[in-house]
Formats: sequence, structure tokens, C-alpha cells
Amino acid sequence: MIRSEWFFWLVGAVFLVMAAQMLFDRSNPKRFGSAAFWGLIGACFFYSTWVVQKTAPAEPLGVAVLVMICIGGFHFTGRGTPRTTGPEERTALAARFGNKLFVPALTIPLVAVVCAAGVAKWRIGGTPVLEKGSETILGLGIGAIVALGVGMWVLRERRPSVPVHAGRGLLESMGWALLLPQLLAVLGTIFQTAGLGDQVRRIVEHVLPDGQRFPAVVLYCVGMALLTVVMGNAFAAFPVLTAAIGWPVLVEQMHGDAAAVLAVGMLAGFCGTLCTPMAANFNLVPATLLELKDRYGPIKVQIPTAAALLGCNIAIVYFFAF
Amino acid sequence: MIVLLGVLVVILGFATRRNPLLVVGVAGIVTGLLGKLSPVEILRTFGEGFASSRSVTIFAITLPVIGLLERNGLQQQARTLIGKLSKLTTGRFLTLYLLLRQLTAAVGLQTIAGPAQSVRPMISPMAEAAAERTNRGRPLPERVRERVRSHAAAADTVGLFFGEDCFLAIGSILLITGFVNSTYHTHLEPLQLALWAIPSAVCAFLVHGARLLRLDRGLERELAAVRAESGTGAGASRSDAGDTGDADGVSDTEVGGQRS
Repeated sequence: MIRSEWFFWLVGAVFLVMAAQMLFDRSNPKRFGSAAFWGLIGACFFYSTWVVQKTAPAEPLGVAVLVMICIGGFHFTGRGTPRTTGPEERTALAARFGNKLFVPALTIPLVAVVCAAGVAKWRIGGTPVLEKGSETILGLGIGAIVALGVGMWVLRERRPSVPVHAGRGLLESMGWALLLPQLLAVLGTIFQTAGLGDQVRRIVEHVLPDGQRFPAVVLYCVGMALLTVVMGNAFAAFPVLTAAIGWPVLVEQMHGDAAAVLAVGMLAGFCGTLCTPMAANFNLVPATLLELKDRYGPIKVQIPTAAALLGCNIAIVYFFAF
Repeated sequence: MIVLLGVLVVILGFATRRNPLLVVGVAGIVTGLLGKLSPVEILRTFGEGFASSRSVTIFAITLPVIGLLERNGLQQQARTLIGKLSKLTTGRFLTLYLLLRQLTAAVGLQTIAGPAQSVRPMISPMAEAAAERTNRGRPLPERVRERVRSHAAAADTVGLFFGEDCFLAIGSILLITGFVNSTYHTHLEPLQLALWAIPSAVCAFLVHGARLLRLDRGLERELAAVRAESGTGAGASRSDAGDTGDADGVSDTEVGGQRS
């Protein structure tokens, strides 16, 4: 049986290899901080296995997470100059390979879906081939590995170091932001452990007596959008409102379909992202790149679409999730 | 009740643009203390939370193959394909771009396009060139050009947001499953969530696509009004017009070069 933990080790190993490369990359002015950050994440991916099995204490891992937060939060990470191809070279390569370039990229979702829908049912001697409950995640891992093989074959690239270097370039350009979604999930867990969900549920039950569904759906979706406008980040709004309304009221109390409520709730947050200058990289950076006099030009164009889509999302949850 | 102050820390932290990692760290510690957890319990919660939400960060496994494709010209090839749409009107061109952006993001190619990768070098100049054709080859007045450029940026952002969630290995989907599965000890599959993102993606295409198609009529009306007003043409925007022409010329030669 292929276990999800093996896959987490593979991801951890990739982080460790890239961290080792960063350590010796003299073009990165902050190479020690970068190597420490990604190395620590890689090591934590391995150590977590025993935390999940409850054979190792979780407290050291908590310390490591806080150290990662400090390294990333106080800007001790940086990026080097990647050894890669220039724009002219890329244009020539694109002309040479043509649409074959899309094949490896499409392999990832294809293999992932095949694993989740087909391979998940395979059994060898009574045990499933893929660990139960992790089929999609394993499918993604297998898809990425297959795609890498396909990519190297299509592009006639024999050196495995080339994709590793290219991947590291992307990792460095994303920087600490790559860890943010996972840390927001951790924050959601802390909210729940500290009893925040119960607190808010009591308030919501006070405001919305006798479980009226429509106001609860509107509160969740509009809440996601508004909180996202304030914070500029739907990911950050998600644990707050899901712990407060999404899970306890819409899923547990009103028996809504969890996948539908939460997936569409996140998209309601995206409607907020379209309207806020707080999401600078999506709304203000394009205005600067396009040399617009009105920095809010894109936001003004996006607001009517966002408002209409917020209405659509509320309707989807209200009509189809229950 | 006092635990709610933890949420306030998150909101204030993000609203005042502090580093998000620090905001999360401080909010976690503050919420834990307010919820009467001991410091050791807080550390344990951080650790257990990290261990059970590792699935959120696994999309990093796709970076080597995406990096390999990008260094071999993936973005350039995407631009070549888009360049074949150069005969359309502004609204139709942007509607097709919206659709392409949604479809590619839905199969995991979020980095194939973007404000820097495609909108500035390609989408915005092509949309402006199409509007100039509507204006009978004359340069666009300042206000109209701003509007076309804003729409080019918006088509990209809307397409990305309402396409990427149909891909199962995107941060937002994995955040949902990671958070819910570890917090409520339940089991949600990324694939279920990705499928539930499809209805909203269709709505997004219909709503924003319809607005883009209406943009053509709006532009025509506005340009006709400007022509009637000035009679002799837009002298005021001549200096900007040269800039637009250059940008357009560059993208044309680039596309031509790729084809040959």
C-alpha cells in the first residue's frame, strides 16, 4: 500500500535538497536564512509523521513552527539569481517544442483524477493500493512525478538537476508566502482548541434564532467577502468565519453539504478580493504595470462582477448545498 | 467572549499590512492565552496543527516540472497561441482570454499568465489595438484607454480567481481540506471541493463575459461621442499614442518571430 506519509517524506526531501542548494548559492544575499527556512520545513515534514502517530511530542514541532514564522516574518529569506534561460532563448525553445510544452503540465491533473477515481478502487490481496482517504493527494504526487518524467522525455532533458534548480527558482520567488496557507490552517486549529467556535456560535444563535437558513447563508458568504475586503486575503478570512458560522451553523446544525458550503464560501471570499486595494498584488500591481493614472481602475471594473458573483454564490449554497 | 480578541488581532494585523506570518504567529499565541491554554499547550497545538495540515503545502511538488516547462518557453508558447486572436474586437478578445485563463487555471497552469507574464506584454496592447480599429485607426482618448487597460487587468484576475479553484491541488482547496479535516476530525476530499467550484466558475464566465461583450458597444458609443466633440481628433493624447503603438509593434514582431 502506498501511504500518504511516504509522499510527505518525498515533499520534505525536495525541500531539504533545495535548502542544501540554497546554502551554497552565493548569488543569494540571504542564503543562510533561506536554507534554514526551507530546511526546517523539510525536516518538520519528516518529524510530523511521528507526531501524527503520537509517538513523538508535538511541542518541539511547535517551537520549530514559531522559528519558521520568525525567519520568514522578519525577512531573513531571500532569493538568488537563478541559472535559467533568457527571454530570447525561451522564444526559440517555444518555437521548437510548440504545443508539446503543454503535455507534461496536463499530465498532473489527468493522473490525479485517474488515481482518485480509478486506482483508488484497486486492491492487492485485500489491501487497497493507495491509502484510504488520501487518494487525491497521492494522485497529485504520482501525477507530479509522472509529469516530470514526461517533461524530461518530451524536452530531451537528461539532467535531473535542471528541474530541481528550476523548481528552486520558483520556490525562492514565492518565498515565505508558500507557507502561509498551511499556517492559516494551523491558526484555524488554534481558534477551535481555544474555544472560539463555541463563542461565536453562541452569538450567532442569539442573532439568528430558530435556525433560519437564508440569513445564515448570507451571513457566511457576505461575511467572507467583507472580512476579505478588510484583510485583503480570503485565506485568512476562511478559518475565522468557518469556525464561527460555516461549520457549526451551516454544516452541523443545518446539515449542509460540507464540500459545497466551504468551497463556495471560499469563492465568496474571492469576490471580496476583487474589490479591495488590500490585495495589492492582484489589484494595484497590474495598475502600476499597465501605467494607469487611476490606480483603482481595475477594482472599479471588477466591483460589478464581484457583486453579481457574490449573489450567485449565495444562491448556489442556498439552493444546492442542503 | 474574550477569545474573540484573537480574531481582532488577525483583522488588525492584515489591515495594517504587517507581515502575514507574524500576524498568524501572534494571533495564535494571543488566542491560545485568552482561551486559557498554557504556553506548553499552545506549542503543542502549533505542532499538532502543522503535522496534520501538511497536505496544504504539497503543491510544492509540482514546482520542478512547472519550472522545467517555464525555462523551456511555456509562457512564450501560450502567448503565441493568444496572438492568433488578434482580429477580434476588444470585448470578444477579452472574453476569449477570460475563458482561456479560466480553463488553464483549472488544470493547474496558474503561472502561465498574469499581469506581468501576459497582460502587460500582450493582452492589454492587443485589446487597445482592437479598440483603435473601432476608432477607425485613430489613437484612443486617455479615458477610453484607461478603461480598456483596466478591463484587460480585470479579465485576467477574474479568470484566475474563478478558474484555479477547479484544480484540486491549489492552496485554497488544500487549505479547506487541511483545516476542516484536522480541526473537525472529518474527511473531505480535495476533488469534491474542486467540483463544487465549477458552478461559480461558470457563473463568473457568464457574468464577466457578458459585461465584456457589452464593453464593445460602450466603447463605440464613447468613441463616437469623443469624435463628435473634438471634430479634428484627439490632439491631447498624441504623446501617449506613440507609446501604445510601440507596445503593439513589439508584440506583433514577437509573435511573428515565434511563428516563423
